[in-house]
Amino acid sequence: MTPSLRRWVFLAGAGGLVAFYLWGLLGLPGFGSYPGPYGFVLNRIAVSQTKATGVVSAVNFDYRGFDTLGEEFILLTAAAGVSIVLRRLRGERERSAVDEAADRDVPATSSAVRMTALLFTGPVVLVGWWLASHAQTSPSGGFQGGVILATAFILVYLSGEFLVFKRFSPVDLTDVVEAVGAGGFAAIGVSAVAMGLPYLYNFLPLGTTPGAVSSSGTIALISFFVGLEVAAAFILIVAELLDQTLLIRHGSG
Amino acid sequence: MIAAVSTPYTVPVGLMDALQVIVLVLVAVGATAVVLIRAHVRQVLALSVYGVLLAVLFLVFQAPDVTLSELAVGAVALPIVLLLTLAKIRKREE
Repeated sequence: MTPSLRRWVFLAGAGGLVAFYLWGLLGLPGFGSYPGPYGFVLNRIAVSQTKATGVVSAVNFDYRGFDTLGEEFILLTAAAGVSIVLRRLRGERERSAVDEAADRDVPATSSAVRMTALLFTGPVVLVGWWLASHAQTSPSGGFQGGVILATAFILVYLSGEFLVFKRFSPVDLTDVVEAVGAGGFAAIGVSAVAMGLPYLYNFLPLGTTPGAVSSSGTIALISFFVGLEVAAAFILIVAELLDQTLLIRHGSG
Repeated sequence: MIAAVSTPYTVPVGLMDALQVIVLVLVAVGATAVVLIRAHVRQVLALSVYGVLLAVLFLVFQAPDVTLSELAVGAVALPIVLLLTLAKIRKREE
């Protein structure tokens, strides 16, 4: 294929793409318009049906719980994939996490960064834990809570303590927590089946006061397990990358 | 449709529209900046700021749940992963 012919093929393709794109843009509904009945139906019935005032959680963990299960296993697979790809390869050696040259001149973490990280670690744990365990209210949810919990561990690392990060999140424990999180979600679904109900059916008592801690049945419980899974998955991914950066060296010497 | 409810915290519709337009423009500028910046570390930092902008966008468009995810993932987790990868690549090149 000559360069000029290639250019014409490209221009024809690009022209077609632009035309279809513009056609699609022109056919979009107006800004902020909402055609479907789904949202209106949910707004009307979700709170009384699930006793969760956080309708987003009600959708994520009940009405469309099966979708969320799939999403959760995407994250599980991603974390597993990162661990497999970033394992120690032949020709690489893993150093001990303890500084081998303690006398060398390392620029210390600035006290401003340390202070900020230390100040924020506690509140971040609290916010993350609250979000993951209060799915019945809004805004909340296991995913958000889990990621924010994982951020707390990143703060520990940022405050300059790689060893403390390792001690707080030993890989074996993180693996178990992740498995419990992912398995717990699936197990709740299977428990419903064991009772002769549809998979992921909300079989727990819903409580009477919408948004109360005891309300919303399996929604809050599933969200909690999702929080565990997500936090562990993110910590695992970051820990693998930290190992790669700080411990694993090329060459066997 | 949902009837408009007025509370002491209700923001006038015009103000909210203006806020939405401002944040949309900021997000467009931020995205362009992330693409145009070529120095890797700076690009990652720009990406982190862009994550915060997106989080504000979601908040302004009344999606606080998505805001929380975006803050944690877009502004913290993704930049950390990228920075660690860059550090690893640099060590290898040395």
